[in-house]
Amino acid sequence: MVRLEPRRQHSQAMVYLSPVLAILMTLIVGGIIFSFMGKNPFDALYTFFILPINNSYGISELFVKATPLVIIAIGLSMGFRANVWNIGAEGQLTMGAIFGGGLALYFYDSESMFLLPAMFVLGAIGGAFWGGIPALLRTRFNANEILTSLMLTYVATLFLSFLVHGPWRNPEGFNFPESRPFPDAGLLPVIYDGTRVHLGTAFAVLVVIAGWILLSKSVIGFQLRVVGKAPQAARHVGFRQKRMVWFTLLLGGALSGLAGLFEVAGPIGQLQPAISPGYGFTAIIVAFLGRLHPLGILFGGLIMALTYLGGELAQITLGLPNAVTGLFQGILLFFLLACDVLTKYRVRFGTPAAKGEAA
Amino acid sequence: MDWLIPLILTVITASTPLLLASTGELITEKSGVLNLGVEGMMLVGAISGFAVTASSGSAILGILAAIIAGMLMSLIFAFLTLTLMANQVATGLALTIFGVGFSALVGSGFVGFAIEPLPGLHIPVLTDIPLVGEILFGQDFLVYLSIVMVMAVGFFLSRTRGGLILKAVGDSHHSAHAIGYSVIKIRYMATMFGGAMAGLAGAYLSLSYTPMWAENMTAGRGWIALALVVFATWRPGRLLAGAYMFGLISVLQLHAQSAGVHVPSQFMSMLPYLATVIVLVIISSDRAKIRLNAPACIGQAFRPAQ
Repeated sequence: MVRLEPRRQHSQAMVYLSPVLAILMTLIVGGIIFSFMGKNPFDALYTFFILPINNSYGISELFVKATPLVIIAIGLSMGFRANVWNIGAEGQLTMGAIFGGGLALYFYDSESMFLLPAMFVLGAIGGAFWGGIPALLRTRFNANEILTSLMLTYVATLFLSFLVHGPWRNPEGFNFPESRPFPDAGLLPVIYDGTRVHLGTAFAVLVVIAGWILLSKSVIGFQLRVVGKAPQAARHVGFRQKRMVWFTLLLGGALSGLAGLFEVAGPIGQLQPAISPGYGFTAIIVAFLGRLHPLGILFGGLIMALTYLGGELAQITLGLPNAVTGLFQGILLFFLLACDVLTKYRVRFGTPAAKGEAA
Repeated sequence: MDWLIPLILTVITASTPLLLASTGELITEKSGVLNLGVEGMMLVGAISGFAVTASSGSAILGILAAIIAGMLMSLIFAFLTLTLMANQVATGLALTIFGVGFSALVGSGFVGFAIEPLPGLHIPVLTDIPLVGEILFGQDFLVYLSIVMVMAVGFFLSRTRGGLILKAVGDSHHSAHAIGYSVIKIRYMATMFGGAMAGLAGAYLSLSYTPMWAENMTAGRGWIALALVVFATWRPGRLLAGAYMFGLISVLQLHAQSAGVHVPSQFMSMLPYLATVIVLVIISSDRAKIRLNAPACIGQAFRPAQ
């Protein structure tokens, strides 16, 4: 008989090993799924996970895709640590793009060097505004932030659709539902010639470092860690849950908003109905894959970015539907959660130990 | 009166998937388990039901497949959260992400397929009664089933021993365990009931509501069903009323144009989501009521002391 026996302490080794284990198991299951779909599993896995990054342009694209994932996941991880479940990052991303992108459209013939910084500020405000609504509803009215933040995602997406179909549609376009292209002054500079790697990627690295400092050196970082691990102790010493809710949702919203702005002012260059292939949702997986730790999130973001690239390539070369990406992401999260049991429990075979030994 | 009958008919079809899914989730939550994967289970139910119906030509087989698919999805959730004690919120999200991807993958071969929608009931004379005939006697059987199920769940919870045990497990798992009930087993069953109902709700969407498959065709209905359970403060009677109220809100956009209301369609489409937020706020702000009705152990892992 197999049983789970609680460990006295969380196993540090398993904290780092379980993501590796989860990735390996996802690859095995992925291979099985590919062979069911009539593909050679090794060819398919090669196309999915190696081919996209076997040249320098591919690696640069990996950074482009990882940028929004890492920025958003850092913000979300702060909330997850304190049991604040913001799952509406996709909506906050959209609002950031609308706020910041709206400025670029208003000054569509601007050449001012202040345009881009102002767009950053508005993008962050837009995201924080959209994240602040669930915070207000949770702290003031006790409404569950999981459901409200998700519902607001649908609202934000529909609002963007309204804008690009209506008032913000490019008057010089051919009736396509998209805005004017942003002026050059409103576009993120590319930081590595010949690629699409933009200023936002450098910002993502800064966010990782800032997140690390916040978590390990600041008072609020300490509070976040305590609230998540021992909510009762936290209440006992007077950490205010409400402050955590506000802080994590505003921060998560602002970072998601910036990530959204970076997408429209970077790779996309205008507003259009679809500005994100679900980065806000994938970032949830990135946060868990990275163990809610900034450095881990950096690696997690790169791995999940690879599933996007692999999915695109597999669609072109193997004719696999793009949905394979989402499938892989879901399976990975399942295995990750399953492997986590090993950090808290030991797997024991055989009948329960004698009474004196039991933990 | 010309507009009233079509309005009522569309409200019924829009409400049924919400009612089916939220009835299942109500039982799951009453046992103390919060499964946020309703959206994913519905999508997998929708594609399973559609794929089997399109391939076999039998809607009954399709509906059975959807129920089984929903149950299998909920089994993944139950294994992770009840056996391996994984975090229920994170696992529910994973179930939805997985369900979206899996259904899109299977469904990519079925885009553009056409099937016969589920036939409506036809009782000579009764169905032909002017005005109310079609509403009362002309629906497909899933509509009647959704109403029977919510009433059965109401009866089960308030009048049967099984219902009492379920509530005991959800309100105080340690006491229920001490009395001798198998908390884990009961939660497995409650979670699978939720999965089966979500699968059925998905099948209703792909076989009756819009007899076709489209990626993400649930469009957030799984999440609205979750909000409905809170709205109903875990009581089946209010669930029925709430589902129909949301059904009405979600079809308003179809009827607003013909009624001469000129609001951009995107704003009309926002209504169900905004209504969900507003309703959650109103219900949740009454903390006493939530505390009185919510299962006390919801979302908590149970590990029997050894």
